[in-house]
Amino acid sequence: MAKQVVQLDRVIIRFAGDSGDGMQLTGDRFTSETAMLGNDLATLPDFPAEIRAPAGTLPGVSAFQLHFADHDIMTPGDAPNVLVAMNPAALKANLPDLPRGSDLIVNTDEFTKRNLHRVGYDESPMEDGSLEAYRVHAIPLTSMTVGALKDVDVTRKEAERAKNMFALGLLCWLYHRPTEGTIAFLEQKFASKPTLLRANTIAFEAGWSFGETTEDFSVSYEIKPAPVRPGQYRNISGNLAMAHGLLAASWRSGLPLFLGSYPITPASDILHELSKHKRFGVRTFQAEDEIAGVGAALGAAFGGHLGVTTTSGPGLALKAETVGLAVSLELPLVICDIQRGGPSTGLPTKTEQSDLLQALYGRNGEAPVPVVAPRSPSDCFNAAVEAVRIAVTYRTPVIVLSDGYLANGSEPWRIPDLDELPTIDPEFATEPNHTSADGKEEFWPYLRDPETLARAWAAPGTAGLEHRIGGLEKQDGSGNVSYDPANHDLMVRTRQAKVDRIAASIPPLEVDDPGDDADILVLGWGSTYGPIGAAVRRCRDAGLHVAQAHFRHLNPLPDNTEHVLKRYRTVLLPEMNLGQLAMLLRGRFLVDVISYTQVRGMPFKAAELASVIQEAASDE
Amino acid sequence: MNSPAPGFGLIAAAAGKDSHVDPLAGIPTVDEPLKTKDFKTDQEVRWCPGCGDYAVLAAVQSFLPELNIRRENIVFVSGIGCSSRFPYYMNTYGMHSIHGRAPAIATGLAISRPDLSVWVVTGDGDALSIGGNHLIHALRRNVNLKVLLFNNRIYGLTKGQYSPTSEQGKVTKSTPLGSLDVPFNPVSLALGAEASFVARTIDSDRKHLTGVLRAAAHHRGTALVEIYQNCNIFNDGAFELLKAPDTRDDAVIRLEHGEPIRFGAEGQHGVARMPDGTLRVVDVAEYGTKRLLVHDAHAPNPEVAFALSRLADPSSLNATAIGVYRDVHRATYDDLLHEQIAAAVDDQGIGDRPVLEDLIAGKDTWHVDT
Ligand SMILES: Cc1ncc(C[n+]2csc(CCOP(=O)(O)OP(=O)(O)O)c2C)c(N)n1
Ligand code: SF4
Ligand SMILES: [Mg+2]
Repeated sequence: MAKQVVQLDRVIIRFAGDSGDGMQLTGDRFTSETAMLGNDLATLPDFPAEIRAPAGTLPGVSAFQLHFADHDIMTPGDAPNVLVAMNPAALKANLPDLPRGSDLIVNTDEFTKRNLHRVGYDESPMEDGSLEAYRVHAIPLTSMTVGALKDVDVTRKEAERAKNMFALGLLCWLYHRPTEGTIAFLEQKFASKPTLLRANTIAFEAGWSFGETTEDFSVSYEIKPAPVRPGQYRNISGNLAMAHGLLAASWRSGLPLFLGSYPITPASDILHELSKHKRFGVRTFQAEDEIAGVGAALGAAFGGHLGVTTTSGPGLALKAETVGLAVSLELPLVICDIQRGGPSTGLPTKTEQSDLLQALYGRNGEAPVPVVAPRSPSDCFNAAVEAVRIAVTYRTPVIVLSDGYLANGSEPWRIPDLDELPTIDPEFATEPNHTSADGKEEFWPYLRDPETLARAWAAPGTAGLEHRIGGLEKQDGSGNVSYDPANHDLMVRTRQAKVDRIAASIPPLEVDDPGDDADILVLGWGSTYGPIGAAVRRCRDAGLHVAQAHFRHLNPLPDNTEHVLKRYRTVLLPEMNLGQLAMLLRGRFLVDVISYTQVRGMPFKAAELASVIQEAASDE
Repeated sequence: MNSPAPGFGLIAAAAGKDSHVDPLAGIPTVDEPLKTKDFKTDQEVRWCPGCGDYAVLAAVQSFLPELNIRRENIVFVSGIGCSSRFPYYMNTYGMHSIHGRAPAIATGLAISRPDLSVWVVTGDGDALSIGGNHLIHALRRNVNLKVLLFNNRIYGLTKGQYSPTSEQGKVTKSTPLGSLDVPFNPVSLALGAEASFVARTIDSDRKHLTGVLRAAAHHRGTALVEIYQNCNIFNDGAFELLKAPDTRDDAVIRLEHGEPIRFGAEGQHGVARMPDGTLRVVDVAEYGTKRLLVHDAHAPNPEVAFALSRLADPSSLNATAIGVYRDVHRATYDDLLHEQIAAAVDDQGIGDRPVLEDLIAGKDTWHVDT
């Protein structure tokens, strides 16, 4: 009997289970199939910092949320329409987020007395009526998986572990996802383990067939592809996009890529990814600590390569002195800080924007560093390219501020044409650039391009241009050590002026103000772009006139920043810190920016932000 | 300015191929021999008059021409300290960096540019205190670097605090009642850190110093050269026992590869291995010459070299062995990395634009027409 098919415009699914249940993998697979269908999507993985927190406990719950739609969407969604709970802990941890009337798929096999007690349920919520407000689908996922695998030569444990594939198969049926990609994925993953391949494939197909036959699901859903710009698309996470952006910028500049890094969540994946690409001449160096990671990258930059280091907040703190040296040496260097909750070790797997002031000011002396922030997972590609462009063109370290949400989240991405990349030209010095008083031709490393103020860059191996640079103050032009007060004053101001000049090469701050009549401007930077955009949309749907502007460049700020800020009666700035950019803008432009902040380790919810915007607008 | 960017992809990736034959393989050689004066800069040297650093600078400048490598392919990287001003006085490429981090910076440079001869200049505080971590890891990795550790057993630049090589009980500005901690023996430390080349020499012995520099330059891998250097302002005479004509012959053990280890004006002392495996200084007249330890700098196992490093008294430095303790061939980190790169290119082809485009596109793509 063919079941009814219902058309939906968007769905938010959350897979939740134990850290060992494979929820991230399940989410990733569902995402891939969804991307292939052409839906717009956004994802939010949320996992514990512990590798294997005690099984069945609340701290051990790992979740993956996916929002997909037939139109363009900006966030992974506030609250799920469907929650898949693999055990009582997953149910307990996630139920508060589930709106009444939503679908709840529960693995009843795990609802044993012991497991229920472990998370503080005296009675099973499946039986005490507390789930009446939801459409509960009670399914013995584990035993059905084991049953489906009775003819496969796997241990009981191995069979049980395939239950995530059963769940995935069921969800794929429910939402009309294609299955070929997952089958191909399993074939690759278990290429050397044919029995496990069989087990996982059968479990996946069994889940799909179960959906088709069970009375429990009377309808299935279809979500049409979202209309997007023509082109070739893929799905991509922030860290992968960052790694690819660095590679592309290396190709564009002709500078071989050198990555010096020390593992730290949530940045390590960039190191993992780039270490695979030796054929591009990429050198990855896992250093003894963060200081050595950035030091080695700076050494490579001195050698005429593209020096990059990747880290998170604690690592950025350790790198500070070396970044200051790079400011003084005026060498290109890219520092990617994938921010996480702080201070100290903080919340390693959660997101935050609290390193902004550290990136801008966390060094001794006047040490201005350009700062660039991506706004979405795929935008990490562009941010990486832009950072390299600035670093190489202006001979300066540049900090990229991504965060845990962007790093692990993913979205569809129109694959760029490499010809669209900006020009990145190292313009190495090859000959003397100065004539001394006695008529000798010599090389002055601190002679500058009059327009960009970039200094002359000669790599070792270039005959006749031998020179020494260092952290001691340098004489303007010659680069020789100088303790002259007037020269120091000049050099401090020149280094600042050079960073300020970058503004001439960046686009103005773009304001989205459809009627050109908004009373309130909502500002943002970095990963809040999606949630702010979604909230602004809601407000506009409710008839409010709201303008939105989002910073990519935090230093220097676009030239029109002051003009934009002063055009609006009310300026609201949501940040996932305690108001770092708001403080800066207030101080710099004397504009009464309203700061709205949250530091919960999670991205803003669009609904919450929408009411904050409404409130701020009505306060006028 | 035109722009001869080194080209996307590989730079001299195969430099390591002949390294066994020629330790300087991959570094371009000169057409015309260079002279000492070619390595001098126009910058005024600013060490205190009488500082041991002058002697080391002169020795380095006069020995480099014999390597026959191009000046523009030599780089000196230093940390912070009196000794770390060294690069400013060398007419090569150079970087005066930050305190303790020179080995890390030089590592990145050496890994990226196998066509360079990279030298690190560091002090006892720079290398063993703030930069201790970088030093041991550089040694362990065996990156192609020559590390000149100027050991004056004091912090010179900060005006005379005790250092990690100062003898216990050292009275300085920061330790008016005497320092409490036991010093490092840099040679022992390096040997424990898997170093493939470890040597010690003295600033005032130009010939010995030059010989050790030469050996280090011809070692492919991380070479640690500890140079006892007099700071005549804050720790004058720290090595007097090893330098004074009336004491040095009895206090210094000169190591020569392949030779029985003897010292003293008449060669009256020797070093022998005891039945329990330890090394002992013996009276040659009594002990005879046949059973003396023959120095083997190429011994695969560093145990004997380590034992030799322990003969010295940690405080007075009496019975200090100088010369090359250890010089063994071990594949360098950079050569191994370049082999991995070359193998990846052999297996998968070079990463050119189409390959990059494929990589960025990934395996799961879809096309949208309208
Ligand atoms: C981060 C940092 N901490 C402290 C200092 C101050 N400092 C400069 S040199 C030095 C010690 C140098 O001693 P050593 O390495 O033995 O060199 P020497 O001057 O004796 O040649 C110290 C503590 C510094 N420059 N940077
Ligand atoms: S303080 Fe000592 S080490 Fe420093 S320059 Fe003077 S004599 Fe040399
Ligand atoms: Mg010292």
